[in-house]
Amino acid sequence: MATMNPVIEEAVAAPHGSGGLWSWVTTTDHKRIGVLYGVSAIMFFIVGGVEALLIRTQLALPNGDVLSADAYNQMFTMHATTMVFLVVMPAAAAFTNYFLPLLLGARDVAFPRLNALSYWVFFFGGLFLTISFFVGGAPDGGWFGYAPLSTQVGEVVRMDYWALGLQILGLASVLSSVNFITTVFTMRAPGMTLMRMPVFAWMAFVVSFLLLFSLPIVTVGLFQVFLDRNLGTLFFSAAGGGDPVLWQHLFWLFGHPEVYVLILPAMGIVSEVLPVFSRKPLFGRSFVIFSGIAIGFMGFGVWAHHMFTSGLGPVAEAAFALTTMFIAVPTGVKIFNWIATIWGGALRFKTPLLFSLGFIAMFVIGGLSGVTHSVVPADSQQHDTYYVVAHFHYVLFGGAIFGLFSGIYYWWPKITGKLLNERLGKVHFWLMLIGFNLTFAPMHILGLAGMPRRTYRYPKGLGFEFWNLIATVGSYVIALSIAVFLVNWWRTTRRGEAAGNDPWDGRTLEWTISSPPPHYNFDTVPLVHSEDPFWHEKYGEDEAGHAVPAVAASSGQPQAGLADEEIHMPSPSYYPALTAFGLFISLIGFVYVPVGLVAVAGGLLVTLWGLFGWSMEPLTRDGHE
Amino acid sequence: MSAVTHADPTEHAGHPPMPHVRKVAMWAFLGSECLFFGTLISTFLLYRNRTGDGPAAADLFDIPFTSISSFILLMSSLTMVLAHYASERKDARRMRIWLLATALLGMTFLAGQVFEFTEFVEHGLTVTTSPFGSSFFVLTSFHGGHVAIGVIMLLATAFMSFGGKLRSDGGMNVELVGLYWHFVDIIWIVIFTVVYLLQV
Repeated sequence: MATMNPVIEEAVAAPHGSGGLWSWVTTTDHKRIGVLYGVSAIMFFIVGGVEALLIRTQLALPNGDVLSADAYNQMFTMHATTMVFLVVMPAAAAFTNYFLPLLLGARDVAFPRLNALSYWVFFFGGLFLTISFFVGGAPDGGWFGYAPLSTQVGEVVRMDYWALGLQILGLASVLSSVNFITTVFTMRAPGMTLMRMPVFAWMAFVVSFLLLFSLPIVTVGLFQVFLDRNLGTLFFSAAGGGDPVLWQHLFWLFGHPEVYVLILPAMGIVSEVLPVFSRKPLFGRSFVIFSGIAIGFMGFGVWAHHMFTSGLGPVAEAAFALTTMFIAVPTGVKIFNWIATIWGGALRFKTPLLFSLGFIAMFVIGGLSGVTHSVVPADSQQHDTYYVVAHFHYVLFGGAIFGLFSGIYYWWPKITGKLLNERLGKVHFWLMLIGFNLTFAPMHILGLAGMPRRTYRYPKGLGFEFWNLIATVGSYVIALSIAVFLVNWWRTTRRGEAAGNDPWDGRTLEWTISSPPPHYNFDTVPLVHSEDPFWHEKYGEDEAGHAVPAVAASSGQPQAGLADEEIHMPSPSYYPALTAFGLFISLIGFVYVPVGLVAVAGGLLVTLWGLFGWSMEPLTRDGHE
Repeated sequence: MSAVTHADPTEHAGHPPMPHVRKVAMWAFLGSECLFFGTLISTFLLYRNRTGDGPAAADLFDIPFTSISSFILLMSSLTMVLAHYASERKDARRMRIWLLATALLGMTFLAGQVFEFTEFVEHGLTVTTSPFGSSFFVLTSFHGGHVAIGVIMLLATAFMSFGGKLRSDGGMNVELVGLYWHFVDIIWIVIFTVVYLLQV
């Protein structure tokens, strides 16, 4: 930072340790929590990726014998569960944690310690799911856990790990949703009206509402699964008079909004990246925001299109076919707005832009194959084939993961102060794009040729051999591209080019401060006069509407803001991590009821200890007085 | 350092007063709870007639008894309002009395629920009897659990006011507990109507 206010420096430095493992465990800084989420997501991405490679290796040749049927069931269940709940969601949470306050001009989220609790609950939830591999096998009933696959009680406790793991991950998401919603409502800098909020902040806001209203539904469903398994209730037991289709409804009432939970943050990132690298404002900005809100609302009205073969009857099927076709409209609005944004722009083909363009192209393919699923007769043929696998990988990998990598390359210099290598970044992008299409494009053909999902083997002579081999080759190309990314990360850490405050000529508030930002974010709380506030500080417009450098362009901190007498930042606290650890212990106990009830009680005591200490501890210790 | 000391340590330029922030969060959380109970009630409505070989609602429910315990819970909302009113007027003594009265009424309601559950089990309805039994017990137990957490919050608020822990933002704490308590009451009105009155 060009001008560091020594008073501020002194005021905020004292109570915060900066180094060591303990400072990460106790941190309440939204940026550090964001980094924790990000690193965890990348770790789990490698775990989920290895699971995917095992699946593809098994399917490379007919009658594969790399995995047993049992191991294969665990792999596809855990691959999906890991990628959805432990990779894409926390990666989006990483960006939201790190950048929501920065984009809004705030010093932190509304509840810093609650934020830390969300992370630690997520972390222990992921750990809980993963240790199942070592204690008798991982969940094997599919990530959707349809009854009776999830409710029949075998010798093993696998689906207990699944039901409880999803439950606790849901708790983490509800807590952070409450936190983010409160942050947006109450913490925006003066002048940052709702419609001036950056589109990424808007999408994070919509996602928070989606999670807040969809997770309680599956929470109830997961309780019912758990009770069916362990207490003998009859919710989903067809023999006892219950209805397994109820579970499908409860799961997809959560599961479909969840799809938008996964894609909207990526859409927000792309909406930030495209204007910066086109040097144009986002085309139809408010339209993009409102179509995001529309997707949020309509996302609750399409769930039964996952159940067209469950026998819902023609009226329900027709209704859900129509709503499903209709939700493509706001999505299409966004695509056209993004294309219009880059149209005629002064494009700079840096890695973030490449990933964003890749996102648009791949997401359009996935979106179009999604529309084919809305046609009930066609979907009845495609259901449970590889065509569906192709579709959702085009939207979740080609969409969400490409968008998230765009965000990683875009914001990496702000987070670490160093630019990722451009050449390696481009190699990463092209390898990933080629590998991705090699892997998943053939699955359209395989699916239409009749290859079913979730079967661990296919016989010779059905015409599946060629495209399966291509798909497996493609999956290894993807793995190679991720290796290139990891090398780029390692290399940049050692000798990366310093980024400076504003390497991309950015438009939003996070580029006004140093890289990495000071932990109190802003010396003075910025005053916001327009959308894209930093851009309008730097550039005016000539008569033709072209950007020209503003006369009084200054460096460093251009925002005239409100000065504080003192800055109070939240103190570190170990109570959130302790509370989450207690929950983790009691969760393990719940798997092994009734013997485990001892662990349940012990864990709950630890949680109560954490909560009690928390409520007695002041948010800010004035240790610097 | 500056001589200015704020009543609320988080209060600085650009940061709104903390009581307001907590209230927004509580409303968001209660929004989530609506979907939680909505799902439980929907499950019950689906299974209300699936009684299998076990007893049905009409065989079990004692409407006069449950009406009285519902009335007790509704009265606890009145005492909660009085507690909030007293805390607004900085009347700590009355506030404590009304908080404890609210907690007492809540515990009376819970005792009624325990009695009712015992009766039902004696008449042959358990969670494993039928989908009706499963959904009835799980729905009402989750509501009872919410009441119990509310009672703990009420007692904690009352006792913290003795130790002076409530200080300047004490009114806010009472208001937050009140929001939660009224919400749990409103959910009970829905449950009483849908689960009890419509079934017999």
